[in-house]
Amino acid sequence: MREEVLKKLQVLAESAKYDVSCASSGVGRKHRDGAVGSAAGWGICHSFAEDGRCISLLKIMLTNYCMFDCAYCINRVSNDIPRATLSVTELVELTMEFYRRNYIEGLFLSSGVVRNADYTMERLVRVVKDLRTVHHFNGYIHLKSIPGASQELVNEAGRYADRMSVNIEIPNEQSLKRLAPDKNFQSVFTPMRYIQQGALQAAEERKRFRFAPRFAPAGQSTQMIVGATPDSDRDILRLSSALYQRPTMKRVYYSGYIHVNTYDTRLPALPQAPLVRENRLYQADWLLRFYQFKVDEIVDDTYPNLDLEIDPKLSWALRHPELFPVDVNKADYELLLRVPGIGVKSAKLILLSRRYGLLTSEQLKKMGVVWKKAQYFVVCRELPLSTVQELTPEVVRRLLVKKPSSDSRQLILPFDD
Amino acid sequence: MVFFIYDKTFEGLLTALFHAYNRRVFPDRLLQESEPLPLFCEEVFTVVTDGTLADRVWRGAERLLSAHFLNGITSCWLSEQSHVDELLFRYLRKVFDSQGKSVFNMRDADVAEMSRLWKKVNNEASRVIQFARFQKTADDIYFAATAPVYNVLPLTMDYFTDRFADQHWLVYDVKRQYGYYYDGQKAEEVRFGQDTEFLASGILPDELLAKDELLYQTLWQTYFRSIAIKERLNPRLHRQELPARFWPYLTEKRKH
Repeated sequence: MREEVLKKLQVLAESAKYDVSCASSGVGRKHRDGAVGSAAGWGICHSFAEDGRCISLLKIMLTNYCMFDCAYCINRVSNDIPRATLSVTELVELTMEFYRRNYIEGLFLSSGVVRNADYTMERLVRVVKDLRTVHHFNGYIHLKSIPGASQELVNEAGRYADRMSVNIEIPNEQSLKRLAPDKNFQSVFTPMRYIQQGALQAAEERKRFRFAPRFAPAGQSTQMIVGATPDSDRDILRLSSALYQRPTMKRVYYSGYIHVNTYDTRLPALPQAPLVRENRLYQADWLLRFYQFKVDEIVDDTYPNLDLEIDPKLSWALRHPELFPVDVNKADYELLLRVPGIGVKSAKLILLSRRYGLLTSEQLKKMGVVWKKAQYFVVCRELPLSTVQELTPEVVRRLLVKKPSSDSRQLILPFDD
Repeated sequence: MVFFIYDKTFEGLLTALFHAYNRRVFPDRLLQESEPLPLFCEEVFTVVTDGTLADRVWRGAERLLSAHFLNGITSCWLSEQSHVDELLFRYLRKVFDSQGKSVFNMRDADVAEMSRLWKKVNNEASRVIQFARFQKTADDIYFAATAPVYNVLPLTMDYFTDRFADQHWLVYDVKRQYGYYYDGQKAEEVRFGQDTEFLASGILPDELLAKDELLYQTLWQTYFRSIAIKERLNPRLHRQELPARFWPYLTEKRKH
């Protein structure tokens, strides 16, 4: 391993960092004799970058040369940035040595498109095949599938990778074509379908033959850029919800748009990445996956965008005051999940604990219920406080969004400008 | 008030439980020999730690609780908090009295407190797993130092022995001055004399390192810096996720 790899690593990590996904969850594998490493089913974050994002996998590109010219991408062909390509040996050695030092859970590999989709995909497959078969790497591998890659190559990749992904990036086909002239929805959704077919077929075979090879056992994920196009949260979440209906889709990531290519006038010049909106989308995503919400309950034609001041669940609850207050000592699990301030864990704890007696607010707080929010939406053993019924949703909203002033003793005089 | 005096070991605690049930007398406080007796002392009983009695109590608990909750009890014990023995005593007593049903009763203050402590110990164990950084030595031993708040090294051994089964490694707790050495077969507890400086700092001197070790450390530091998106810097979140107490032992946060 020579010093020049240092330069390449820097260039290629800089190019790969805008990919959001860094999950290493979804597949558990014990150590095998003769192999290196294992995979923890719940995923492990080994470090956190200074932007607060987790570093679980060695997220890197094989090359950042790219012939596509996508307006939102740092690696587009018209950008003048340092370019580099790692050789298969260099990449394999980096992965193995980092892994042995407990720096990473495995590899997240993507690549710019060189020559054509199949040529690039073949090179990616060669790296993961080398890792798995020659170096017997038993850790986690996330492989980006190149848009437009052939089914044979996707099938081969799925045998070595744990998770595969194809990024949608833009949730609307017209906008995608305008910003990324080399891509269309078909080139994105076709590899996605290949991955799904491969996984379902492998699952079917494993029912008959116990040792049939697995295919991308941790499923697939995708990513959408938020704020680069005028698409509303309703469009984004409807697409996510449709994707989650598919059998292998595990995660949809949202990436707040960062204005990297400042010269391109097709894109909005945002002074700051839309971090709050991104956060609200993730909250809505959680409601879809863990809280049994339907997408039309979160956003609809009257409310096409998520409320940036309050979270989507609270916003839903304030639009439906007729369902509240909920009696925590009687309500069923589905209804408990709908209460702002009660999450999956606390809802389950409430179900378990209330068999022993009525619950009080102190006990609810100890179980992890966010009382600040929940107090307006529940009744427990005590006399009910003022709930959303007495206070009206507008007042509750005002109480919850009110920012505490830095020092309450300080007199503030509201002058008009 | 009734006081039990015991030797502050886990077996001693279980023996104390046995004697309490045997004598139908339950202590208000558990004390160590060296501690001064509080006022209003009506009865003092000195527990002599007995392995067979402790075993009997533990088997009784095994009959009532799943492995998950038994792990919770040992995890709490490893927290080394000053009040944990009395907490576990009350917890186990409730387990025995309710035939194991009390563990789900989060209304109970002791059960809630035990779950909270259990979670804290578990989180610390996962942080050790996350943030251990091996340095490769010239004689092919991978060395990682850490200084967790609780004594969680025993809880992390399943992970290290499974993941790094084909390496020789030493994971060392700087604070408690002991570690586990794995020789390719099994992990064994090791203690060293005070004399080695790198065991105190957790950083190996350059002459002990393998040939490429410093290069890989530099590579990792470079990667760590490059992967952060400058437009999204968030130092508060960074410190929250990566607590500063781990920084001296983290390759990427250490200053050279």
